[in-house]
Amino acid sequence: MNIIIMAVLSILMLAAAVTALYLKNLGAAVIAAGAVSLLASVAFLLLAAPDVAMTEAAIGSALTTVVFLFALTRMRGKKKEEPRD
Amino acid sequence: MIRRILSFTALILSALLLSPFVFTTPEGGELSGVANDYIEQAPGDLNGANLVTSIIVTYRGLDTLGEVAVLFAATAAVGLLLSRKDGDDSGTPDRNASEILRTGSGILFPLIIIFGAYIFLHGHLSPGGGFQGGVVIATGFLLLLLSGRAKKFNHTVMALVESLSGFAYVAVALVGVFIAGGFLDPRFLPAGEFGRLFSAGAIPVIYSLIGLKVGAELVGILDNMRRREGAAS
Repeated sequence: MNIIIMAVLSILMLAAAVTALYLKNLGAAVIAAGAVSLLASVAFLLLAAPDVAMTEAAIGSALTTVVFLFALTRMRGKKKEEPRD
Repeated sequence: MIRRILSFTALILSALLLSPFVFTTPEGGELSGVANDYIEQAPGDLNGANLVTSIIVTYRGLDTLGEVAVLFAATAAVGLLLSRKDGDDSGTPDRNASEILRTGSGILFPLIIIFGAYIFLHGHLSPGGGFQGGVVIATGFLLLLLSGRAKKFNHTVMALVESLSGFAYVAVALVGVFIAGGFLDPRFLPAGEFGRLFSAGAIPVIYSLIGLKVGAELVGILDNMRRREGAAS
């Protein structure tokens, strides 16, 4: 049973990672990369490592995603400014 | 085409490098060497209910100190690169946050902060600890940043919390040298009753300090990125 869940999780993680690579919309790609971390934290929880799971969920899927999105917004802001000037 | 072949070769090589971990490491196998000693000695030695925390904070305390130092260096670098003082301190967002976000953040912010403090205060009893609690606190402040409630943080307080907790962490570690067995030895405080909040020596003290430091640092990173972003757009 556990092996089946782990296999499904792994396939979902791989799918999310490949999606993140091939998405044209960068914001959506960042969200997909965050989904990889979220699924990884579930996997850690199933492997009886709740401490690591909490770290992964908080840092990997929440904070990293937000930092990436902030960086993306900054890049867009600069791109929009340049043609105007 | 060549680039594609090269990247596939790199992928296959890294898969080969990592494959021993998948195929030869047994799940639930025998522990060996120092890991075995940790697990046998930690419960009696430190009286902490969460074995992972006991090991991270004491036996591997120097590693944790290193992690905190790395995080500090990263925060300092982000601050150096992003907070240029050329009159962009205003941080005015181009549009106001929605009503839902503003109201929701007002309700959620105290709960998230309390939850983060709970995580690092109970680091020696339940899963989690200083790093996790600090990140949860940072997410609470992130909500505040997004909703535009925190136009300007009190940066002096943030810097004070960060440096004081970092200083106190090293000071507690040095107290261990003089009173207990060595650097980062938490046994100078009574071990207490197993499973109580005030138990496991100085482990909760150390992990609370780490939690405060990590939280303040991450809030600093988010704030720096947000401020510049608000000014750039």
